[in-house]
Amino acid sequence: MANVELTNVRKTYPNGAEAVCGVDMQIEDGELIVFVGPSGCGKSTLLRMVAGLEKITSGDIKIDEQLINDVTPADRDVAMVFQNYALYPHMTVRGNMSYGLKNRGIDKASINKKVEEAAAMLRISDFLDRQPNQLSGGQRQRVAMGRAIVREPKVFLFDEPLSNLDAKLRVQMRIEIKRLQRKMKVTSVYVTHDQTEAMTLADRLAVINDGRVEQMGAPMELYNNPATLFVASFIGSPQINLLPVRFDGQHLISGDIKFIWDAKLPTDTDLMLGIRPDDLFQKDDGPLSLRVDLVEQHGADNLTYGGLLGADETDGHETEFCFKSGQDLLPDIDSQLNLGFDPTRALVFEKSSGDRLV
Amino acid sequence: MKRVQFEHSTIPYLFVAPQIIIIVVFFLWPAAQAIYQSFLLEDAFGLSTQFVWFRNYKDTILSTSWLQAASFTMLFSALVTFLSLAIALLLAVKANEVIRGARTYKTTLMWAYAIAPPVAGLMGNLMFNPLIGDLYKFFNAIGWDFDHKLDAFDAGFVVVLISVWKQVSVNFIFFLSGLQGIPKSVNEAATLDCKSPFRRFWTITFPLLAPTTFFLMVINITYAFFETFGIIDTTTRGAPGGSTNTLVFKVFQDGFRGADLGGSSAQSVVLMLIVLALTVVQFRFIERKVHY
Repeated sequence: MANVELTNVRKTYPNGAEAVCGVDMQIEDGELIVFVGPSGCGKSTLLRMVAGLEKITSGDIKIDEQLINDVTPADRDVAMVFQNYALYPHMTVRGNMSYGLKNRGIDKASINKKVEEAAAMLRISDFLDRQPNQLSGGQRQRVAMGRAIVREPKVFLFDEPLSNLDAKLRVQMRIEIKRLQRKMKVTSVYVTHDQTEAMTLADRLAVINDGRVEQMGAPMELYNNPATLFVASFIGSPQINLLPVRFDGQHLISGDIKFIWDAKLPTDTDLMLGIRPDDLFQKDDGPLSLRVDLVEQHGADNLTYGGLLGADETDGHETEFCFKSGQDLLPDIDSQLNLGFDPTRALVFEKSSGDRLV
Repeated sequence: MKRVQFEHSTIPYLFVAPQIIIIVVFFLWPAAQAIYQSFLLEDAFGLSTQFVWFRNYKDTILSTSWLQAASFTMLFSALVTFLSLAIALLLAVKANEVIRGARTYKTTLMWAYAIAPPVAGLMGNLMFNPLIGDLYKFFNAIGWDFDHKLDAFDAGFVVVLISVWKQVSVNFIFFLSGLQGIPKSVNEAATLDCKSPFRRFWTITFPLLAPTTFFLMVINITYAFFETFGIIDTTTRGAPGGSTNTLVFKVFQDGFRGADLGGSSAQSVVLMLIVLALTVVQFRFIERKVHY
């Protein structure tokens, strides 16, 4: 049971590269926070600074009001689950799980009890005397979680724990992690680059970009109300559609596309209009027309991809849109599909700064 | 049951032939020669030979000088193996932690690998020379009545020191690569689980290095048994009084200096058997404890 507080945390490497540039964050007791961002954005570095595996260049990290900047990793009372499991290959599953407890001078009987309990909870009781190399990926990940659970730490740290698992197992383990965390009510920080994982697991989500927290909040808040272009394009699958536009006072214009817009917008700058694939609908006199390039059938719904006819180019390429529809709409390849959208659900960003305007 | 028969071709045999020829010509044939010679008594000029069964074995193996050489070899090998492994491991662990100037540091430590044992011996000879040797003067200056020409312990010290110095760099390279083969995340998991770096080393790092250590132990024992010949030949030559005679050096001395081919062959056959037995022991009993 603990809260975690980060105050202006920075990490600068000796070569001058800034991995984390000033992060402030308040993590409440029992909360599951997910750090999400593209690779190299500094999310893992931030997590590793909480764990004590990475030195903090400046700023403060507190767990339960106690400053831990210079506390050794073992004394921080945190447990970490690594992407590649990091099990001790020469120890049995039982040895792996009890190692941390043994080093803390806990007596044998209670170590055994804790290990058995955790193993039962994770359904690995049958493997306790096996070596890690005799286990499958999913089982190893369970052992790694077991090793963290038996310690009963103040904070759980997960560093992309599911990235090495196959898709089906990943979904299964995701649900299990969420369930375990709910049950144990341990403050947790979870790092991932997978936005689905982030959305489904998080109590609150921190979108990290270039060493900064771009936006932090509940997953649906970030989805519905992204503060920046980056957050809008990172959260949501399939990705939000972006159309480069300009405002002439009354209309939004992109190449040959022109439609009425009644909100106030600056007229002298490049804008980006963001429409989620599920906010598009088929409409014969709609303002957007899509040349169908590809239809992905996902079962319940279809995703139609294609170039937007008449639109301005995005970074020198044809602007592409994705349209999500029910399974019964199956347009022919190269056919034209007219689409409309609800302007109240559309997002407008300033292109250069990425700031949200509407 | 019907077995599938493939058409035989001579080509695979041609491919393995060079290796087989090398083994036969350079290993099996000399070994067979040694065994054959060990049953013969030959006069010093090689003019007449006589088949004497096991007399060569009885005469040489039971002699005090052979037993002295055998016990020195055992002690010498144990010391050289243990010390060169221990020192190399310590250096490798420390070098692995170095961040600034790591390359220079590592290269410097590997340097001695390029030196041949006889050259190492010659260098040692100079350093322990009573007239110009710095180490000789140093030991005497600090109050140790050091004289490796007269004192058996001091002579043993010299050959052990040079042999260990020569071998540390080889072991260092292997240990370092072994250390770098341990996944970083395993070490990190251990730092979260265990506060004491010393305890971490003995419970995580050392067990994970066990395959490397085992391999190096086999290599080092072989080194101490055979390759140190060059060092002994260029420094003490078994002196004083045969106290630094290793079995290999004695084989050479008796065979080529003493011209006792039969006795020397008998010794080398026994040496072969000792090394064979040692290797079997290592693989049977120690390798079991190694986790790959």
